Amino acid sequence: MSGADFLFQGIIRAFELIFSLNPYIISITGVSIKVSGTATLLATLTAIPLAYALAFLHFRGRQALIALVNTGMGLPPVFVGLFIFIMLVPAGPFGFANKIFTPQAMILAQYILVTPIITGISLAAIKAVPKPIIETVYTLGGSWKEAIIMTFCEARFGIITAILAGLGRALAEVGAILIVGGNIAYTGSVGGIGEGESYTRTLTTAITSETSKGDISTSIALGIILISLNLSINLLANFFQRRS
Amino acid sequence: MELFRVENVCMAFGKKDVLKNINLGIRRGEIFAIIGPSGAGKTTLLRILNLFEKPLCGNLIFNGLDAGKTGGLRRRMSMLFQTPVVFNASVFDNVAYGLKVRGFDKRAIEKKVSEALNTVGLPGMGKEKARMLSGGETQRMAFARAIVYDPEILLLDEPTSNLDPANVAKIEEIIKRIRDERGTTILIATHNIPQVRRIADRVGVLLNGELIEVNSIEGIFTEPEDERSAAFIRGEMIY
Repeated sequence: MSGADFLFQGIIRAFELIFSLNPYIISITGVSIKVSGTATLLATLTAIPLAYALAFLHFRGRQALIALVNTGMGLPPVFVGLFIFIMLVPAGPFGFANKIFTPQAMILAQYILVTPIITGISLAAIKAVPKPIIETVYTLGGSWKEAIIMTFCEARFGIITAILAGLGRALAEVGAILIVGGNIAYTGSVGGIGEGESYTRTLTTAITSETSKGDISTSIALGIILISLNLSINLLANFFQRRS
Repeated sequence: MELFRVENVCMAFGKKDVLKNINLGIRRGEIFAIIGPSGAGKTTLLRILNLFEKPLCGNLIFNGLDAGKTGGLRRRMSMLFQTPVVFNASVFDNVAYGLKVRGFDKRAIEKKVSEALNTVGLPGMGKEKARMLSGGETQRMAFARAIVYDPEILLLDEPTSNLDPANVAKIEEIIKRIRDERGTTILIATHNIPQVRRIADRVGVLLNGELIEVNSIEGIFTEPEDERSAAFIRGEMIY
């Protein structure tokens, strides 16, 4: 079989697995969306108030915090994974929580990776709102609360782009969640491929393990789903960027 | 009867004195023009009157109340900037903003917005996207937004400096109509001398942060009290 045939067969088989809603593939996709979605949601809840505080409040250490956020936007995932691993292993300071190799540990890792990204992009969007907009709110009788709401309305597309960028980063991330999640699937086999249903196995970590096992068609199927999710997110982000 | 009294107001940015010992009384229902060259301190004075900036010294008395000690006075005023600011929303939502923050009900908002749009010559344009309006229409929409909640005083910072003559004429007509129909006191900062002659009742000349003369419109053009005012009116460089 030539390389092209091998790839072609793999793609055909991958589409069969996707359209037959293979339980193994579905469970992995579900864990990916659940972990990355939760991490992005929690990161958003932290990042947007933080971005507002950095944009509007002048407090001691503000510049240092902005520098920390900017640094965090390029944080190496394996370093974050290692850090959380050390914190959560039984011998570590938070080992008593018994959370290593759980979806919660993966959410924590992605939360740490994604929060600076959403904060940084949101901060740029908020700071891009012209100062006269805020002054006009005050001129028309608005309070600081109305000024914040108006800033959000004006920066909304930039903030949505920030959230989508964070979600895209979380879904594509592999290093940190592989270390703290362990790429675990239950024993047995569902749908005739792979192992049992996913516990901490995501699209990215499953691609690494299925490829190393030589199951290329499953890897391609997982890759197509991952790319489709990221493409959809990027298309949405582009749409909102153009609107803003 | 005075609506706004400025007593011994001074302001500085860094080491630069921007306003020096300003004393001024604005009468209720008049159109008062503050004229002076660029950098004279006109915008700073307007921002102080709108309570955006706190003066370094002096007092502001609004309708008998000390503006420095009385909260909520800004809600009784309105200010229009040289370049109008447009919220990313419809014309209706832009104009309705001041009413919404004051808690007006929906029916009152619709009625007042409609009246304000009629006053500025934009009837039936509520559904348009505000950022799609032309420069002149945008400035008129900003006027509607500023007057819709019937402020006692309207502060205008060079409201026609970016407009063509046709739109300047429309804005001047709107300014006079707002005063005549609504009784709004209007303070306009400008360096457009012919415009002052067309619309103002009284005028104050600001030069290098100093209010060198306050006079009636007839007085400033026929018998100015200060030679520097006369030179500015004649269009001579005195700064």
